[in-house]
Amino acid sequence: MNHKAAVLEVKGLRVSRGGAETVNVPSFSLFSRETVALIGPNGSGKSSFLLSLACLLPSAEGDIFFNGELINRKKLTEYRRSLAMVFQEPLLFDTTVYKNVASGLIFRSVSPQEIRKRVESSMERFRISHLAERSARKLSGGEAQRTSLARAFATSPVLLLLDEPFAALDPPTRKNLTDDLALALRESEIATVMATHDQFDALYFADRLAVMQKGAIVQMDATFSVVKHPVNEFAAAFAGMENILKGSVLKAENGMFSMSVGNETIQVTGVRLPGEQVTVCIRPEQITLANSRPDRLLSGQNQFLCRIVRIITLGLYSRVYLECGFVLVSAVANQTVQNLELSHDGKVYALFDSSALHLLDG
Amino acid sequence: MELVFDGIVTAWQLLISLDQELLAVTILSLKVSGLATFISVLIGILGGTCTVLAEFPGKRLLISLVNTSMGLPPVVVGLFVTIMLWRNGPLNMLDILYTPTAMVIAQTIIATPIVTGITIASLQSLPSNMKLQILALGASRIQMVWILIKEARLALLAGIMAGFGGVISEVGASIMVGGNIKGYTRVLTTATVMETSMGNFDKAIAFGLVLLLVCFIINYFLTRVQQKERLR
Amino acid sequence: MKRVMQTLFAVALSLVMMLGSLPAVASTKTIILATTTSTQDSGLLDALIPLFEKESHYFVKTIAVGSGQAMAMGKKGEADVLLVHSPDAEKKFMQDSYGSSRKLVMHNDFIIVGPALDPAGIKGVKTSAEAFKKIAASGKLFISRGDNSGTHAKEKLLWKAAGLTPEGNKWFQQTGLGMGQTLNVAAEKKAYTLTDRATYLALKKNLNLSVLVEGDARLLNVYHVIEVNAAKWPKVNSAGGKAFSDFMVSGKTQAVIGSFGVDKYGSPLFFPDAGKRPESLGL
Repeated sequence: MNHKAAVLEVKGLRVSRGGAETVNVPSFSLFSRETVALIGPNGSGKSSFLLSLACLLPSAEGDIFFNGELINRKKLTEYRRSLAMVFQEPLLFDTTVYKNVASGLIFRSVSPQEIRKRVESSMERFRISHLAERSARKLSGGEAQRTSLARAFATSPVLLLLDEPFAALDPPTRKNLTDDLALALRESEIATVMATHDQFDALYFADRLAVMQKGAIVQMDATFSVVKHPVNEFAAAFAGMENILKGSVLKAENGMFSMSVGNETIQVTGVRLPGEQVTVCIRPEQITLANSRPDRLLSGQNQFLCRIVRIITLGLYSRVYLECGFVLVSAVANQTVQNLELSHDGKVYALFDSSALHLLDG
Repeated sequence: MELVFDGIVTAWQLLISLDQELLAVTILSLKVSGLATFISVLIGILGGTCTVLAEFPGKRLLISLVNTSMGLPPVVVGLFVTIMLWRNGPLNMLDILYTPTAMVIAQTIIATPIVTGITIASLQSLPSNMKLQILALGASRIQMVWILIKEARLALLAGIMAGFGGVISEVGASIMVGGNIKGYTRVLTTATVMETSMGNFDKAIAFGLVLLLVCFIINYFLTRVQQKERLR
Repeated sequence: MKRVMQTLFAVALSLVMMLGSLPAVASTKTIILATTTSTQDSGLLDALIPLFEKESHYFVKTIAVGSGQAMAMGKKGEADVLLVHSPDAEKKFMQDSYGSSRKLVMHNDFIIVGPALDPAGIKGVKTSAEAFKKIAASGKLFISRGDNSGTHAKEKLLWKAAGLTPEGNKWFQQTGLGMGQTLNVAAEKKAYTLTDRATYLALKKNLNLSVLVEGDARLLNVYHVIEVNAAKWPKVNSAGGKAFSDFMVSGKTQAVIGSFGVDKYGSPLFFPDAGKRPESLGL
């Protein structure tokens, strides 16, 4: 991607609040037309990072280059007029939907005819034209967030910063809005940074993922790479690797090692030295269940007799929570649950391959 | 009970005959308190907004001082202003003791903390990200302040009502710095007190009723504006 | 919103215009008269001041307070002329040369009033001292001004003359209020009190209090007009003070004083005394 020019480049960004460092990002680049999703647990500095990208945190230090130009105090308002930001709360003004959508343009002293044109097209894009004259106070959560997005898009920003824009919405509302936003982003070619802790949103929107932890970006890569090789527990859980097991290495040989987890021992593909503390994770889909011990155990296959703690049916799949000296979650087809006659407190064998275990660094 | 009835009858007679004294006293009350409220709204909204938006050491102390001053006893303000304005006081060059101007000053001192305090509270009650959202929409600093004030306007209107209600109904400061001089600094409250001590209860009640009526009409008007905004 | 803003703007504009329309008077043509509440409460000043203003073209700022505060204002040069009735304090005031001239204007008298049933049995008693002793002995409630006014000063003298120290007794309460309000309190509590006749007559219709003791020479309430000494306080408007002082003792004014209240109460409230020697009043 390096052949493309970065829309936004950040160097040495640090934010401290009350003496503690909340953001420390030595470098970050955003290219035109791409969407980067910022993921990370609450308090990892996603919001602070987004705000400092918009130069909205007075305590932020560091340089921000927009289209190669360093943003200083003088260029601040001009810079902010090339971007738009949408927060988790719609933060609408106490006036009509129309005037809300127009507000960014009014700040820019755009001519009334131009405002009308752009507001109407933006309202149409987010399907709120029928609400134009309604008071912003009388909108549902979804309508309000649509208005907020329309307000951001009306200014035709080059850069869009989204701070968990769907977090406060209920699932059906969210689904509709997600589709509309995705379409709008695709059509408009805006470079976007979106903070989210929703797995679906991140995978749906992002070209690249940036994983934040304690104020730092610990992993930034193409979405599929992060999902395949998550760098830490959060990214692993985010990528759907719900089973996270910790333990110490007992024995290592031939690109394999065994580690102790609880009172059990599991086989892992990878290279680690004995005595090392390691964390491995695995997706629930990769844990298969069986009623009887297989005739022949393949090398590198893990197998444990477990007690079924709980079975939760979700659509076509069921999640089976297992106690096998440590806790595992397995996702199996409902048909399997019936065939194996799984039931609460019953016994079952859990099987997973040593190569399905993903080894986290550090 | 008879007294109250007499008072209402007298008040009614004075009102419908457009009694010159009653009219003059009422108009002066409105002028003095209206002007004091207006000035305190200018100072209060500006000062309150600056206080909320600026970061400086002692900000919380200042806010708690303002909040404490919201309940300044009018007599204390009256005493302070009187001492300041005495012929031999520090501000004697103004030469305005026992004038309506002095009353406006005293009432402004009473109303300003009320308006400032409510301005601060109403701006602080806006969502904390509102300011950032406005800036992120490309607003200049002045545009941001204007939008914030517009967002808080309903609460600010309440502040104006509280300020006006506070000063038009206070008597302690007005009587001290104004002197209750007939036809010059006599306002509804001081006239009510004086007529009471003269034993003219009917006239006192008449003045009192007019005071209530004035407060009611003005608050009714402002409340209607407020409610209309709210329901819109 | 636009309409609201327009309305607010219009209100603001009219208020600013009001600033110019607040009445203002040049200070050289203004005099500050500090006087007792009794002269204002009786309505006498409302009759006299317009006459004076018309004749002299001075604008009088009448500040009606207790005699004590009126004299304090004179001492600090915050008033130009005083109309007060605390003879002893006034003499001290003149000795300390706070005043440049002091003229006898008029008197009215004090009376002891109380509930018509008169539980302490003071009706018809000849002297105030005797009446006070009876009230003290009976333990019936007595309401005092307690505000260092002329009336309060007079009352304290009377207690002293009767050889009593009322302070601290359960039957002795102080209001700290003006005469009119103190009378109202006394009426409400069915108590005795000392009042000037003028205020009593003016309020009589609303009070359930009867005149019980009157006529004692000690009960006279004598008013003097005092010009504040401009030598002590250069800011004092001495010309204005003198004009008012002269006005108060002029024949025409004295005639107005003598007839004031006759039409309303059937008897005068004040007795003009200008030019008399204080001794003729038993002072």
